[in-house]
Amino acid sequence: MVRLADLAQPEREHLIAKNKELAGFGGRPWATGPSLGRRRVAIITTSGIHRVGDRPFADGAAATDYRVIPGSVSAGDLVMSHLSSNFDRTGFQQDINVVFPIDRLKELAVEGAIGEVADYHYSFMGAAPVRSLEPKARQLAGLLKKDRVDAVLLTPV
Amino acid sequence: MGALGHYLEEEGVATTQISLVREHTETMKPPRALWVPFMLGRPFGVPNDAAFQRRVLLAALRLLEAPGGPVLEDYLEEAPHPAGDEVEGFACPVSFSRPPVEGGLAGALQNEIAELAPWYDLARKDRGRTTATLSGLTPEVAAQFITNFIADPSIPGYRDDLTPVLALRLVCQDLKAYYLGAVAAQPGARAAFEAQKWFWHDTAANEVFFKLRDACLGSEDEMVQRFGAKGVVPMAITPSPGEQT
Repeated sequence: MVRLADLAQPEREHLIAKNKELAGFGGRPWATGPSLGRRRVAIITTSGIHRVGDRPFADGAAATDYRVIPGSVSAGDLVMSHLSSNFDRTGFQQDINVVFPIDRLKELAVEGAIGEVADYHYSFMGAAPVRSLEPKARQLAGLLKKDRVDAVLLTPV
Repeated sequence: MGALGHYLEEEGVATTQISLVREHTETMKPPRALWVPFMLGRPFGVPNDAAFQRRVLLAALRLLEAPGGPVLEDYLEEAPHPAGDEVEGFACPVSFSRPPVEGGLAGALQNEIAELAPWYDLARKDRGRTTATLSGLTPEVAAQFITNFIADPSIPGYRDDLTPVLALRLVCQDLKAYYLGAVAAQPGARAAFEAQKWFWHDTAANEVFFKLRDACLGSEDEMVQRFGAKGVVPMAITPSPGEQT
């Protein structure tokens, strides 16, 4: 579990120190939309997953790039090249849905719990400084709208 | 994660998110977040448990219907521990009778890879996939690249399209994926932390990775140095200076 008190001291200190760069985001506007059963949902993950053959995630300026994951992707096509060695990867090895719940999302669409699953989903590599992601995030917003997405599930790793 | 949410919402796209580190989410105040009590790397809790994953996913999506915000809700269902988690003193069924081995540590590493091969093959067949393919090298060649780098950090890379640090990182990730994928296929489900404990305490690969860290720290390439400092050995494993081998 990720309660800071349960982590090893170096990890705990690292995560506490990171909190400083996260301040100053409060009070921003937020979007509304239709009921959940009518929403078209996309997943954006910061787990650094991508398709086999896509460029692996790199450090430096390239760390803010994203990769496109088609909704039709199969589990065998997904790998993970996140920079960090400080989280579990064995869950993802066993089942992509523990990181990227695309199969669960499709099931919810079939059941009518959500409206539709988007055609495209996106992956960032979460080790990038948070504010460096702003240009790509705003660019993605335009692409999501073109895909008629009105709800995004953001999921870390 | 929360920053992406703020930027997207400002552009008119509604978001809901999973939070793994509650303290970060409290600071960032994204519009809608579900804090989950799972380990880093498993935001939906349990691999191969569709019902569990579904409950987490639905709880996160239902926050989209909250009348106001920001919303930070706690998901209180813990991930169940696998049976092996209850076993004290995890021991890998594969016996690595390492010393003495011809070829020293490099030889021991190759021996381990060979001994784990049947389990890796089984895991690959059962899952229909492998994640140990980032470098494009076989485990044996990836291991050889690492031990050659330790002996001589100036060796050329194995792919022209990769920077030295990326080439190193990908072989490391492939080798870890090979080991952890193989051991997960062995009898008896094990908690992830027990598999990590095995890898970082009981294998020749562990020794190789510590030597690789030292070689990277001695590199003239700043990116390789940085990788050595933060990317080779997890923070939870890195010993205090007095304990280093």
